[in-house]
Amino acid sequence: MRRETFIALTAGIIFGAGLALGGMTDPARVRGFLDLFGAWDPTLAFVMGGAVLVMAFAWALQRRMLRPFFTDSFALPDRSDLTPRLIGGSALFGIGWGIAGLCPGPGFAALAIEPVSAAIFIAAMLFGMLVVRIVEGAA
Amino acid sequence: MSLPGFPDAAPLTGLLGGVLIGIAAALMLLGAGRIAGVSGIAARAFGIASSSMPRIGAVAFLLGLPLGALIVIRLAGTSAPQFAAPVTLGIAGLIVGIGTRLGSGCTSGHGVCGMSRLSQRSLVATATFMATGFVTVAVINALNIAVAP
Repeated sequence: MRRETFIALTAGIIFGAGLALGGMTDPARVRGFLDLFGAWDPTLAFVMGGAVLVMAFAWALQRRMLRPFFTDSFALPDRSDLTPRLIGGSALFGIGWGIAGLCPGPGFAALAIEPVSAAIFIAAMLFGMLVVRIVEGAA
Repeated sequence: MSLPGFPDAAPLTGLLGGVLIGIAAALMLLGAGRIAGVSGIAARAFGIASSSMPRIGAVAFLLGLPLGALIVIRLAGTSAPQFAAPVTLGIAGLIVGIGTRLGSGCTSGHGVCGMSRLSQRSLVATATFMATGFVTVAVINALNIAVAP
């Protein structure tokens, strides 16, 4: 196995464990966070806070590194423009997120919990992604 | 541990889970030089988007997600959560797929990796999908629509 593949697998396992431990594979908990005007459950804010805190340190370290530990170079987004596409797409994503209480990460992690439900969500998500590609390819 | 005023909240396991997610994202960033954005990695793994990430790496990351969840479930023995009805899951998934491609990311790429970098695009994207998520759940609850079967 290539080193990068091994890192990705390890990161995926830790990521999935974090999602499950934080309750993010439970749609009711995610929808509880999004129920700001009802019985609000702030758990997701703690999950996001913990992750952002660790990653803030990682970014501080990254700025002092010339290259990653196990690959040749960093491949990171460098755009800063705010486009209607970014905002419209994010707005749509939030609607889908609120409907089922699932986003892509927990969708895949939930394959270990409710494989049929997770597979339906994932298949529909991939189809949506494909639709964007086809429509944009034709435009 | 519970949070005063929020009997259902799980702040400690939430924070620990979040730290694990942060460690995973940091491993991807510092080890492989990449953003741990699940929607982008999924698009790469299934050949929908091209990126410099090797496809096998994208597949490996995605396979890791349920494996990691399985380990936690086996150790902690959490109760079985309720998922939405198949039609609802299909509609939600479709919208999530379209939205994350157009918006270039989801909760992990924009929310975790981008916000911690203070990326302007990610801050705006996260504020936007949180806002529409709040409104969506408020509307569904106000109309008394049952999401779970």
